[in-house]
Amino acid sequence: MNKKNSVIKINNVTKRFLVGGDYFFALKNIDLTLNEGEFTGLIGPSGSGKTTLLNIIGGLDSATEGDVNVLGHSMDNTSHNERATLRRKYMGFIFQSYNLLPVYSVFENVELPLILNKIDSNERAKKVNQAIEWVGLTDKRDSKPNMLSGGECQRTAIARSIVHGPALVMADEPTANLDAENSHNIMQILVKLNKELSTSFVFATHDEKIMGYLRRIVHLDDGQISKDEKVKNPKYN
Amino acid sequence: MLIKIALKNLLGARLRTILNIFVTAFSFFIILLMSGIYDGMLQHAKNVTIDTEIAGGAYWHPNYDPLDPMSFENAHSIVPNEIKLLVDQNKAFPVLVSQVSIYPGGRIMPAILKGIPPDQNIVNMPTQSLNGFNDGTIPILIGKGMAQDTKLNVGDSFTIRWLDVDRTYDADEGTVVYIMDTENFKLDMNHIWVPLNIAQSMLAMEDQATYVTYKNGLMEVDNKGDWIIRDVNYLVQDMEAIIEADKPGAQIMYMILLALAAMGIFNAQVLSIFRRGKEIGTLMALGMPRSRVVTLFTIEGGLNSILSAVATLIIFGPALWYFGTSGIPLPIDYTEMGLMMAKRLIPVYSIGLILSTTILVSIVVLIVSYIPSRKISNMKPTDALRGKAIA
Repeated sequence: MNKKNSVIKINNVTKRFLVGGDYFFALKNIDLTLNEGEFTGLIGPSGSGKTTLLNIIGGLDSATEGDVNVLGHSMDNTSHNERATLRRKYMGFIFQSYNLLPVYSVFENVELPLILNKIDSNERAKKVNQAIEWVGLTDKRDSKPNMLSGGECQRTAIARSIVHGPALVMADEPTANLDAENSHNIMQILVKLNKELSTSFVFATHDEKIMGYLRRIVHLDDGQISKDEKVKNPKYN
Repeated sequence: MLIKIALKNLLGARLRTILNIFVTAFSFFIILLMSGIYDGMLQHAKNVTIDTEIAGGAYWHPNYDPLDPMSFENAHSIVPNEIKLLVDQNKAFPVLVSQVSIYPGGRIMPAILKGIPPDQNIVNMPTQSLNGFNDGTIPILIGKGMAQDTKLNVGDSFTIRWLDVDRTYDADEGTVVYIMDTENFKLDMNHIWVPLNIAQSMLAMEDQATYVTYKNGLMEVDNKGDWIIRDVNYLVQDMEAIIEADKPGAQIMYMILLALAAMGIFNAQVLSIFRRGKEIGTLMALGMPRSRVVTLFTIEGGLNSILSAVATLIIFGPALWYFGTSGIPLPIDYTEMGLMMAKRLIPVYSIGLILSTTILVSIVVLIVSYIPSRKISNMKPTDALRGKAIA
């Protein structure tokens, strides 16, 4: 795996859906390369193809045309199981609506990726506690999601996404359900993790608050990249 | 690992799990109770027959066919010596059988007259009630069903007409001395019981008998003449044939109960998968392959059945035990309908019944857990993440 340079390499990717007998193009001829440690945002209005692109990168969906190479693996030639393995070992996901398992406590939700990776219980406990500490939820480790605020839920989701030390974390609208203060807190945690763990982050968002943290902004419009800019001095980063 | 997650999911989803388990446990309980009652009824019928009629078995006159009353006329002789020896040792008692006509309340009715030694204690019949009655009429013992059919009460007299050994018709008055309340309708319906010596005298068949019933645990005698030994297995074979014939009915009932349980679990599982679409998507996003998600949900169903078996023991175990020891009272007397049923139904839970029910319910639960779970394998992770229902 060539993690040092390109984490994601996308060549000429198109995604189309059959809608009512006609094709709807969610993505059109996308070319994109993201390198290790990047803190990138896919920015665009609703329906611009951000989430579709993120899902294709994460192997949750596949491209209709084009090549997708993630962490050295060509996603076009991998089976469902191989993609699942790739996600389990090297990727983390953060969702807009947190997607925490409601019957699990904070600790158990964060522990899940480690259980799936068959990490032994002592090491698991150590890593989970560390991840919970990173996101500042030590006092809530035994709480169930319904006892947490939105910000705390998202912090739990962040801990879950980084607990197994992934090379790449994808966040789909991570701050959409949060107020301004919580959004900034979440982004500060993510920036800290990016710097301390060298984890690459890709965001799909149209939240203005996030822009100030991004070091690279890829603008998507109507399924196409309209602008790809590097931010030399991010406002908060 | 999957078992741990499945168990955590089950224990975490408290109310949903409790409801699922309760429905399955209730089905377990009903299946066990109904099957237990059915087995109990059959076992009771067999036990009653052995207790009140068969004892250890019988020696039959070669012409005797209990299902053919016409055979009674020629089914009598002096009891062979070795069998007589058993009678003298109080290890057996003879019975003389004949067809008669009775006239209760002026109506004519066919009946089977059986002469039995009043002092016998080999079968559980109140034959002692035939002793000490000497008003000149024939003392008669009848069953409750017969008493109702003939509208006879204790002390009532009626005419009995019979054909003796010389093919001469004779008649005399009989008096009901006792009405027995027996669960064995074969001793009751159309039967009148009289003391053996009186029957022999009426029919002019001194020292003769139609069959000899012997005590339990006796060896077959060597010299039984042309009389035929009928052991317990032979004598209960008609009962077993009825049981065998009734098995499909019982199996249908069993299947219906099982299907009800399966439907409940299937619904719960479908609802569970329908509602947990987002969770399924999250597990897939975290890297759980579809096949393992299917296995996870199937294991949850399997654990459901194990927990249900435990719950059945804890919640319904005392009720099963209570019914098994005290029985369930019946609102009406089924013996009047010609059914050999106890006044209280006592379920019998055999190891076989418990094991087969547990295994069968577990397999059914596993199958009905797997079928809806299989739908997950057709689910797109992106749809699942949006909480989109399974097509």
